[in-house]
Amino acid sequence: MDAKVIRQLEEIVGRERVLTSIENRIAYSYDATPAISSLPEAIVIPETPEHVSQILKLANEEKFIVVPRGSGTGLSGGSVPLSNSIVLLMNRWRKILEIDTENLTALVEPGVITAQLHQEVEKYGLFYPPDPGSMTISTIGGNVAENAGGLRGLKYGVTKNYVLGLEVVLPTGEIINIGGKNVKDVAGYNLKDVLIGSEGTLGVFTKILLKLIPKPQSSKTLLAFFNSIKDAGKTVADIIANHITPAILEFLDNTTIKCVEDYAHLGLPTNAGALLLIEVDGHPAQVEEETEKIEKICVKNGATDYKIAKSENEALKLKTARRAAFAALARVKPTTILEDATVPRSFVPEMVEKIQEIANKHKIIIGNFGHAGDGNLHPTALTDERDKEEMKRVEMAFDEVFDYAIRLGGTITGEHGVGLAKKKFLEKQFNEPAIEFMRNIKRVLDPNGILNTGKIFELKPRCEGRLPTSREQIKKYANLWT
Amino acid sequence: MKDLKIPSDLIVQCMHCGMCLPVCPTYNLNFLEKSSPRGRIRLIKEIEDGALPITDDFVNEMYFCLDCQACQTVCPAGVKYGKLVEGERIKIFELGFDKQALVKKIIFRFAFTSNFVFKMIARLVKFYQKSISKFIRKIKIDRLLPEKLIRIEELAPKISDRFSDEILPEVLKPNGETRYKVGFLTGCFMNVMYSEINIDSVEVLLENGCEVYIPKKQVCCGSVMAHYGDIKIAKELAKKNIIEFSKYKLDAIVVNSAGCGAFMKEYGELFNDEKDETLREKAENISRITKDINEFLYEIGFKNPNVELDLRITYHDACHLAHTQKITSQPREIIKSIPGVKFIELNESTWCCGSAGIYNILRYDDSMKILERKIKNILETNAEIVLTANPGCHAQIEYGLKKAGVNVKVMHPVSLLNIAYKMMKSSEKHLVESHN
Repeated sequence: MDAKVIRQLEEIVGRERVLTSIENRIAYSYDATPAISSLPEAIVIPETPEHVSQILKLANEEKFIVVPRGSGTGLSGGSVPLSNSIVLLMNRWRKILEIDTENLTALVEPGVITAQLHQEVEKYGLFYPPDPGSMTISTIGGNVAENAGGLRGLKYGVTKNYVLGLEVVLPTGEIINIGGKNVKDVAGYNLKDVLIGSEGTLGVFTKILLKLIPKPQSSKTLLAFFNSIKDAGKTVADIIANHITPAILEFLDNTTIKCVEDYAHLGLPTNAGALLLIEVDGHPAQVEEETEKIEKICVKNGATDYKIAKSENEALKLKTARRAAFAALARVKPTTILEDATVPRSFVPEMVEKIQEIANKHKIIIGNFGHAGDGNLHPTALTDERDKEEMKRVEMAFDEVFDYAIRLGGTITGEHGVGLAKKKFLEKQFNEPAIEFMRNIKRVLDPNGILNTGKIFELKPRCEGRLPTSREQIKKYANLWT
Repeated sequence: MKDLKIPSDLIVQCMHCGMCLPVCPTYNLNFLEKSSPRGRIRLIKEIEDGALPITDDFVNEMYFCLDCQACQTVCPAGVKYGKLVEGERIKIFELGFDKQALVKKIIFRFAFTSNFVFKMIARLVKFYQKSISKFIRKIKIDRLLPEKLIRIEELAPKISDRFSDEILPEVLKPNGETRYKVGFLTGCFMNVMYSEINIDSVEVLLENGCEVYIPKKQVCCGSVMAHYGDIKIAKELAKKNIIEFSKYKLDAIVVNSAGCGAFMKEYGELFNDEKDETLREKAENISRITKDINEFLYEIGFKNPNVELDLRITYHDACHLAHTQKITSQPREIIKSIPGVKFIELNESTWCCGSAGIYNILRYDDSMKILERKIKNILETNAEIVLTANPGCHAQIEYGLKKAGVNVKVMHPVSLLNIAYKMMKSSEKHLVESHN
């Protein structure tokens, strides 16, 4: 990158907030996505919305790409730098600006850590449900940009259900405010739903207004073990059919159970075919009643063992271990390719079985776990990125997994986003006019393509067919560029 | 010299999920990825792949790291981060990239390799603390001394009047029946600065039916040198201890300093490519039988005290105990076993205090920022006593509390247990006397 541009960036944010050393560039060349990385030209740390605005304006003038980043725990490569790009580092924006206990809202800066927000609002007896697996370090800004889900999605929904308002710097540098504390508000287009989940391609959030709800009075965490995934799947279907909506309804297959036990030492039976982690919450009487019902359903479906967490601490340990499942799988093989193919929940048993079949066919190990209650699965290929041949087979297997998920009416990504990792699968799910609709929004808001351009989809139409190679073939196109 | 290359399997084990970031004390100082375990592992990967030469900033990051290994405790993938950083430090030290290497070599090789020299220095420091220090302050020339020297002076705890290895004989037998034969490491700092903790430890062991062996020729365990990269000297020291402790037939070697215990448990690994088979086997055996004193007492079912101590007490987990040796519940069980004690759990108890060997001397400013957080948490407990089982943490926290101007005492869990034992004995004596 031009030294002149670096100097201009330094003028905006101050010298010490522009990092260009090779060590820093290496440290911001990746996020939590496996096997994708690229060096940024610089890392810029803005302090105010005005800084962000000026940086984006400069990017439009000097034509470089700006990649916003929180803690870098994304799983689709959304915050991985692109060529000719700078990282816009938002992780120091850590202030909770207001907790409004009358209107039940929280106004936060985008760098606030999700779990810290949980702790703070719970002091007031309030509750912010979205709880992505990386919540101990993920930022709210990143959660909104990716529309992050989590364990409690089944009962409480995902991040988009809790965003009331946003202060956003648009790609062209203007600062806008949308939404507010009103429960009902239909003035103008519903812009915030365009921006939530836009993966850092349409704007940079500088303030976020979140909806809070009263904290459930009580909760109970249960564990049930089964001989097979099939039995666990039937149990999930029965729980939903009995009109019980647990806050958490997670499943782990045998491979995942083994790894989690190796990491967390919870005393899980490593020979179990599958386990369900269930949490019910709400009024104590209701929790009691639902716990009993769930126990009966588990027994009916052949649960080999069943237990209730004795203390809040034990429940927390179980949930923490589940959240760490995907990284714990790295104990088997170093590279874990985690996907989040999601299907309508009645198809969960069928999808799980299909994934196993595909894994066997391609002779790879796929550990499976996920949010059984809402259909959001996490098939995770255990491989080694140094083994190119196996990586190829993993790729082929996931192609088939996504195809099958879409055939069942599912989606290629339930909560991780498209980013770079799933770009090529987007066309499987949407027809061309739908993707063109997305591209048009991007083109209008970001005419120079400076904000995280290259994620989700390609803006330029793809080259179809083989490129001309012989002299005669090329001649035909000569007038195109003269 | 062993191959300095780090096996790539150790590096690729990290799948960069980022779960280590929230627990890393240095990342939480500057919020920069390169100062997080994940960032450092990535830099190490580039170095090992030959894509990045050893740069000043890389060296700085390797020493900015406290090697507290809190990241290892939370790492779901089981990355052995300590091995990676320590491996790089050895490389940096051996290849001459550490600018302080010469000073470290001179000071540590001179002071630590012989017990005699070490104690001589301690005596000089003692003399200084008792007379010169006061004199300097009296005539107000302390302002003329370099700032770093003044800090070292303040950070150093008082040298004990008598060193524990001079008070304790080589073999001590318990009053009743001998249940276990145990070796005891007097250590270097523990011996001269906290000799009373060593005495307490031995008394507690005797009270629990242990015959205690204290080899006269034992030396410093070598952990401090190993942790800044001087593996050569660390191995020499380790070898001496292996030979000395192997002279007895022991059920366990009991260590009351977290850092030393952690390192002695690694002796086996340190000598795994040793050609001398008997030495290799001895090293393995030492590692196998080495126990932290909290761990050992808990395992043998220590004698529960039956006198009341009306005290508010909290406990700070030394990194090398909690993260390296995974010992967290045992010291708490010991503390809670004493009737009357009100145990208050310390917020962020496993967060490093910033002592980290000689880190607080070499990187004073960073260390103090980390210590501030610890002291704040301690004050929130309103405890009268903070217990911790490592001399580095002990001195650091004592220093922080003194700077904060509060009257909170720092003690080793074993010292508290020994107070209870002593009270038990004196009340028994009273009972006997009143009967007579």
